[in-house]
Amino acid sequence: MEAQKRDRGLLYIDTDECKGCGLCVEACPPKVIHIGERLNHYGYRTAVYAGSGCTGCGICFLVCPEPGAITVLRATSPQVGAKRAPAAGVEGESSCASN
Amino acid sequence: MSSELTSDYTVVHTKSKAFYERYERKDDLQHQTHFCPGCGHGNIHKMLASAIEELGIKDRTILVGPVGCGVFTYYYFDVGNVSAAHGRAPAVATAMKRSSPEGIVISYQGDGDLSAIGTAEIVHAANRGERITVIFVNNAIYSMTGGQFAPTTLIGQKSTTTPGGRSAATEGYPLHVCEMLATLEAPVYIERVGLGDNKQITQAARAIRRAVENQVRGVGFSLVEVLSPCPTIWKMTPVEAQHWVRDVMEKTFPLGVFRDRTREAQPLPQQKPAPPLEEIPGILGVADADLPEGNAHAMEGSREVDLQVRIAGFGGQGVLLLGEVLAEAGLDAGLEVSWLPSYGPEMRSGTSNCHVRLSRQPIDSPLVAMPDVLVAMNEPSLRKFDASVRPGGWIIYNGEAFPREYERADVHVLARPFTRLADELGDPRASNMVMLGALLGIADVLPQASIDAALRRLVKNPRWVALDERALDRGRKIYKEAHEGVLP
Repeated sequence: MEAQKRDRGLLYIDTDECKGCGLCVEACPPKVIHIGERLNHYGYRTAVYAGSGCTGCGICFLVCPEPGAITVLRATSPQVGAKRAPAAGVEGESSCASN
Repeated sequence: MSSELTSDYTVVHTKSKAFYERYERKDDLQHQTHFCPGCGHGNIHKMLASAIEELGIKDRTILVGPVGCGVFTYYYFDVGNVSAAHGRAPAVATAMKRSSPEGIVISYQGDGDLSAIGTAEIVHAANRGERITVIFVNNAIYSMTGGQFAPTTLIGQKSTTTPGGRSAATEGYPLHVCEMLATLEAPVYIERVGLGDNKQITQAARAIRRAVENQVRGVGFSLVEVLSPCPTIWKMTPVEAQHWVRDVMEKTFPLGVFRDRTREAQPLPQQKPAPPLEEIPGILGVADADLPEGNAHAMEGSREVDLQVRIAGFGGQGVLLLGEVLAEAGLDAGLEVSWLPSYGPEMRSGTSNCHVRLSRQPIDSPLVAMPDVLVAMNEPSLRKFDASVRPGGWIIYNGEAFPREYERADVHVLARPFTRLADELGDPRASNMVMLGALLGIADVLPQASIDAALRRLVKNPRWVALDERALDRGRKIYKEAHEGVLP
């Protein structure tokens, strides 16, 4: 829990809406999304968040073709983010123009 | 999500409010689209939805959907939705925008829709500088129908209809819509973007937002072409398809801005809104007072009426007007009527005829194959229709004498030089009304009030109304002098 709180971003994936295309896995700059083993309702192996390391850049949201499969959150207080700023996360931030 | 986890976080990206919460197309999993995994439509839908939500225009957006995989826009977008016939979205969007200038009208089309069957519509909408936004989704193939070759298919690309790959020699070259439209004067913003990698995707979102924003500012025609992956038909994984957009498709369709006058463009002056429906009769010169009141002089009683008339002559003789006055009077009298004109492209001196039916019962067909009355305004018309007259029927013929070769024992004939008679009344052009007068004498089924009303509705010039009334009287007298009523 503490480790997750220190991340600058947070990610939720609706595994029922996800069709397992894998574009978010490819796009994620800090590489914290992978395709899981579990099959969903439709028989797709869906995207799964590693649980930590999200920078909140939001690129996974943009590359995901489903309207609501991915929800991205970002840390509100500056201290939360400052404690952990992995290099990959910085890169992700700069590549995400929509923020 | 637990509140403990999210207390320090705020949502920055989530499903746009411009989407419906649930899509009623399917019975279950109603929050999932119908698109294949990795389909570019989903991304473009999301970009468009964010633009609509961010610009606060959800309640005045009208989305014109295409034919193709993108057809179901109305299941997803909680905005006004219209479906257009294949390729016609820009024409429909034009109508939408012009009739609702406050609306934000977005035409969403694929490459089969926009660049094949709809080429004319998009070129002319762009050339007119319609203040609409067009999202052009280009995946270089007809996907929904199973992968046929499209105008945008790449050279060498295989499709079900170009199994050996597209060849320039037989199928021509890929159509570059942005480049083509950028040769026109009117468009304000034209850009091609792709969904080939993160960078391209973020640029695509920016371009789509800008194209919509341009319309909010009212500056003019904006089009964004999006190179979009179709993993299913391209037979690739979603990730391979994404790379193919960037590594292969982009070589044929270079990304970039082809026209950008958004900065210097001034909001165009408000187009005059379409007139309200109630003003249109006045504009067309058929104002309320002149409009058919319908059944104004509905006839009492249950007398059967079934009158079938064929009127024929040269164009310019008033053939169609004669029929119109008859039909209009029938309408006024509360009858079922039909009026079917039939003429060639010549406005004058070509042959012209019309079919008129008046009946108490609903009319099964407007065609009059066996008329009760034939009004033949010249000899060729008589020759053509003489034999078709129902036995026991009438022929009203415009001529000094009825030609012997057309005489029939089983029909009544009223032959007079109607043109000369009309000339005596003041104008030879009133000959049609003299003949109508004779016809009304023969088929005495309409009240005089209905005929007067019809004449006033159809003939605007009071001088002509007066002449036509004299002509009708003259015609009735001619009939009376010759015969007494025979037809019911």
